[in-house]
Amino acid sequence: MKYESQKIAYAYFLVAMILFVVQVSGGLLAGWIYVSPNTLSEIVPFNVVRMLHTNSLVVWLLLGFFGAAYFVIPEEAEREIHSPKLAYLQLAILVLGTAGVVVTYLFDLFNGNLLLGKDGREFLEQPLWVKVGIVVAALMFLYNISMTVLAGRKTAITNVLLIGLWGIAIFFLFAFYNPHNLSLDKMYWWYVVHLWVEGVWELVMASILAYLMLKLTGVDREIVEKWLYVIVATSLFTGILGTGHHYYWIGTPGYWQWIGSIFSSLEVIPFFLMMVFSFVMVWKGSRDHPNKAALLWSLGTTTLAFFGAGVWGFMHTLHGVNYYTHGTQITAAHGHLAFFGAYVSLNLAIFTYAFPILKNRDPYNQVLNMSSFWLMSGGMAFMTFVLTFAGTVQTHLQRVMGQNYMEVQDQLSIFYLMRFGAGVAVVLGAVLFVFAILVPKREVVAPGPDAKLSPAE
Amino acid sequence: MREVMTKAMARNIFYGGSIFFILIFLGLTIHSHLYIVNTSTAATPLTDSVARGKRVWERHACINCHTLHGEGAYFAPEVGNVMTRWGVVEKPDDAFETLKGWIEAQPTGIAGRRQMPRFHLTDEEIRDLANFLIWADKTDTKGWPPNDAG
Repeated sequence: MKYESQKIAYAYFLVAMILFVVQVSGGLLAGWIYVSPNTLSEIVPFNVVRMLHTNSLVVWLLLGFFGAAYFVIPEEAEREIHSPKLAYLQLAILVLGTAGVVVTYLFDLFNGNLLLGKDGREFLEQPLWVKVGIVVAALMFLYNISMTVLAGRKTAITNVLLIGLWGIAIFFLFAFYNPHNLSLDKMYWWYVVHLWVEGVWELVMASILAYLMLKLTGVDREIVEKWLYVIVATSLFTGILGTGHHYYWIGTPGYWQWIGSIFSSLEVIPFFLMMVFSFVMVWKGSRDHPNKAALLWSLGTTTLAFFGAGVWGFMHTLHGVNYYTHGTQITAAHGHLAFFGAYVSLNLAIFTYAFPILKNRDPYNQVLNMSSFWLMSGGMAFMTFVLTFAGTVQTHLQRVMGQNYMEVQDQLSIFYLMRFGAGVAVVLGAVLFVFAILVPKREVVAPGPDAKLSPAE
Repeated sequence: MREVMTKAMARNIFYGGSIFFILIFLGLTIHSHLYIVNTSTAATPLTDSVARGKRVWERHACINCHTLHGEGAYFAPEVGNVMTRWGVVEKPDDAFETLKGWIEAQPTGIAGRRQMPRFHLTDEEIRDLANFLIWADKTDTKGWPPNDAG
């Protein structure tokens, strides 16, 4: 660790990993409710379980991004974080908000209260006081990292990272606008949801990936940063108008069917470029970095993001296809692999890279970590396949044949059973990952005699 | 790629292009906003009851089981066209009665059947919710969903 204040990332990553385990456990419970619908149905209904599953996902991914920024920026800007105290205060606010959200959802406290009760728009269910807390925390964060970057060395990585993080905060402001007109509500709701995950989050992803490539492969900074600008340019050129693929059937004008189809098809490009970028850098790189697990996650995130966000997204994005598949299990399949590939794996890549440095030790326990990669990725890929089959059957029976929703669902039970099994693998993988990062004091499997390792960077 | 363009060129393309697409998107947003208000949702007036009904829908996080215009969770049926499916989209009183009957019959408790929780709503809240769902049903959604099954 070159800079003392990089240590802030440790606390952020730790909280993020706790919420990661909560998130996948919630997902497993939701998956079980599909198999056995009476489970907890009167104590913790499905909608509450799902809110916990999705909200904890978003919060831990954001905590991971914040932590990554605190880890990356001192090295890039070549100076300490402006105010470590502020960074810990920011984390405390976010933890308090998260705890408040969990309690509010579970016990349905203050139902209907505008300030304290949940605000049940999908993913934005947090009570108003928590949303305000998120904005306060975001402002503290942006102030802190912007001051650090402005006073220090400016690189393309900090530049893109900063634009991405500012974008996250700016688009979140649309969460406060909730018009009575449902169609308007939906249109601006996507300003938060789509422009996050298919817009500014990609900037954060690409810049962290560029940092990892720089460190892991030793390729020249000029080359990495040029790639970075090209990648994020294609992200925003396609992603902004790609929002149109959410504007087909919610009361918005018909021209979105064309704009959305064309631009969202092109959204495959940035993910394809990120995949090519990571493989080319590794191929060209001269450095044999000892943290092989971080390299595996870095290549894994670009590959799985290409399939989950890119290929599975394209599969149902053309409006003629989407007319039949919209709101079926196809969407669920795409959502799971896209989030896992792009953002979960990216976070786990930077955790894997950073933890040995934060703990000031060699990057051991590689075998366990790499096993967790295959366990989680395998589980998630299987889940994506079975949900895609479920969605295909559902689309045909319900949207083409016109069979009633619940009749169709009853015929999908075999897929839901297999999805639960896949979920077990993912949860085991997640627990194994956290264990491999935090617990072992030495390498579990000794490397062979031929393994020559260059010093860690 | 070194030969094709420099880093500064790539950066400028990123900035310039992004601003260009943001401006187009903002322009289309303004047009879509007006289109929603004046055309696609203009068939039925957005009354206070509809607005209150939307709040009932949100307060109970219905979206985390159901879909509405195809968006939401995929655990329970689409409700953007539920009033059409029930054949009461033109009859607000029948819509209220049917919805009340449905909500008050939950949960069914049938083994192996997905359970909708029992929401303790007043008659006025149920009427508002029914009006909200009728209003949503009458939005011009470009012919979606493909059939009454939703």
